[in-house]
Amino acid sequence: MLEYVIAKYNYWVYVILMMIGLYAMMGKRNLVKKLIGMNIFQTSIILFYVSIGVKKGGATVPILEGHGHGGHQAVDVATILNPLPHVLMLTAIVVSIATTGVALAALILIYRRYGTLEEDEIIAARRAAAAPKAKDQAS
Amino acid sequence: MTAQLPALQIAIPLLGAFITPLIGWHRPRLAGLWALAVLAGAAALAVALLMQVTAHGPISYHLGNWAPPWGIAYAVDHLTVLMLLLITGIGLMAFLQARPAVAVSMPGREPYFYTLFLLQVTGLSGIVITGDMFNLFVFLEISSLSGYALIALGEDGAPLATFNYIIIGTVGACFYLLGVGYLYIVTGSLNMADLANLLPALYHSKVVLVAFAFFTVGVAIKMGLFPLHTWMPDAYTTAPAPASALIAPLMTKVAAYVMIRIMFTVFRPEFDIGVIPVATILGWMAVIAILVGGIKALAQTDLKRMLTYIMVAEVGYIVMGISVMNRPGLTGAILHIMNDACMVACLFLVIGALAHKGIPRTISELGSLNRKMPFTMAAFVVAALSMCGLPPACGFFSKWYLVQGTVAAGQWVFAGTLLVSSLINAVLFFRVIEKAYLAPGGGHGHDDQQHDDGHGTANVVRDEAPAAMLAPILIMAALILVLGPFSGTIIDAVISHAVPAAF
Repeated sequence: MLEYVIAKYNYWVYVILMMIGLYAMMGKRNLVKKLIGMNIFQTSIILFYVSIGVKKGGATVPILEGHGHGGHQAVDVATILNPLPHVLMLTAIVVSIATTGVALAALILIYRRYGTLEEDEIIAARRAAAAPKAKDQAS
Repeated sequence: MTAQLPALQIAIPLLGAFITPLIGWHRPRLAGLWALAVLAGAAALAVALLMQVTAHGPISYHLGNWAPPWGIAYAVDHLTVLMLLLITGIGLMAFLQARPAVAVSMPGREPYFYTLFLLQVTGLSGIVITGDMFNLFVFLEISSLSGYALIALGEDGAPLATFNYIIIGTVGACFYLLGVGYLYIVTGSLNMADLANLLPALYHSKVVLVAFAFFTVGVAIKMGLFPLHTWMPDAYTTAPAPASALIAPLMTKVAAYVMIRIMFTVFRPEFDIGVIPVATILGWMAVIAILVGGIKALAQTDLKRMLTYIMVAEVGYIVMGISVMNRPGLTGAILHIMNDACMVACLFLVIGALAHKGIPRTISELGSLNRKMPFTMAAFVVAALSMCGLPPACGFFSKWYLVQGTVAAGQWVFAGTLLVSSLINAVLFFRVIEKAYLAPGGGHGHDDQQHDDGHGTANVVRDEAPAAMLAPILIMAALILVLGPFSGTIIDAVISHAVPAAF
């Protein structure tokens, strides 16, 4: 069992991180903590992608030394890492930062309107605001 | 030039979006016209692509001339052009209404609204046109991010709804991304056509099963399939009216398109039935979605909120059509994607006109609206009858195919659910129509009321929405009536090519 865990430890790391993020998103009542949970969630997937690009046995980054338009010589695949997962994750990091930015902007709007970022207090404030209106309509 | 159409379809709204604020800084008025021109251009391109695809068959466009699977390919087939036409067409209609609405509701900030609007259209078009799994994720996030920003501009409560949408929407996108990662581990490819060739040998690999599960859940979140719909009513109800007329009809339908792509293009129908019982699970989820959506809609007093719950049910229709796994079922699902987008767009445009006139959305306060806004309400009735499935409106035809599909699959419960849902829709909409046409009153208590209310209906003054807002509503209503009788033509020319040959 232990060998099984160790042999695939990169997956365990990503799953544990992901679950921490998921817990923070669902279990925490503070909106900033939810946002941090979302970030941990996204980061775990980035780690997952980066880890699947790894090769054992001293493979390295694919910088080919050649002359000008060189790189015509044959390349031993075993010595070269697959760069594609890393490149994909550059895009995913950009996406995750943009999402965080939009979420923070939404949080600023929420804070300006309710003066708090605790979900319970916001819900209570919204109920209190809705109650007199409902009474108005009834009368 | 014609060879570059697929790239232009994305490049024009994308670059147009970034030029909009530059123009807006100098000439705010010109920005609106510019964005309108960009959208009209995108719609024209979609029409050109439709002609090309129906004449010469599907196009595979290689970005930067890198051949797939190494480069990114844009795959334009019949289903794609149908979705492109929907997106650009409804985008154009929503924008026609958005310009006068935004000028009143957010003066001085119109160029930024237009930018987000164009980015939303770009993202949605990109999702349907791309043939690359990771590229799809990027476009999904472009459309989601601009959608978050557009929704957050709305009324009280919008920021909180947006934040919840961001959290759950990001989880959906992350699940999709994980699915892509798992498929990449076992195949080393991101191209949809390439994956379709590589995957059959790996159908019993656990990695592929996990990837498929992540795809399904991720896409179900984005399309608001019950029980993952909880973000949808709040987000779409609080969104500003011009934004919801764009996002509400299209976002869920495009996610449904992604589901069809994954289940029938990337994976084969054999996989969806034989290897993993996803079709059965989705079918029963659709039944619950239709019933719960309808019942929750019955409980609403707010017209817009009622519509969002109806959308939960409509998503169930589409998923049900997919889940029965036969030709009439999938035909009905694709037809319903198109019809439902038009119906929902029409209804949300009506909501936009009501919002512009300051009429409250509470159903009980809609009395005498037929005299006040006769044309708007006529369009509402057309869309409502189509939602109930009355011929010759288009809603009847897609439901007809859906029922045929469920009967052909021997799923009598599914067929029964569709019929019950039509009855629920009839109750829902006639409740509104009865209020608007038959109930007396018309005292809405808003400021520009020039007459005494409470004296019956005799003194209700006609106060129709401005022509610029009314025109798109009437166009959509006419389209609902026209699309119905032409369903056969559309199915023969376009949809029959989108159904996999195995059916």
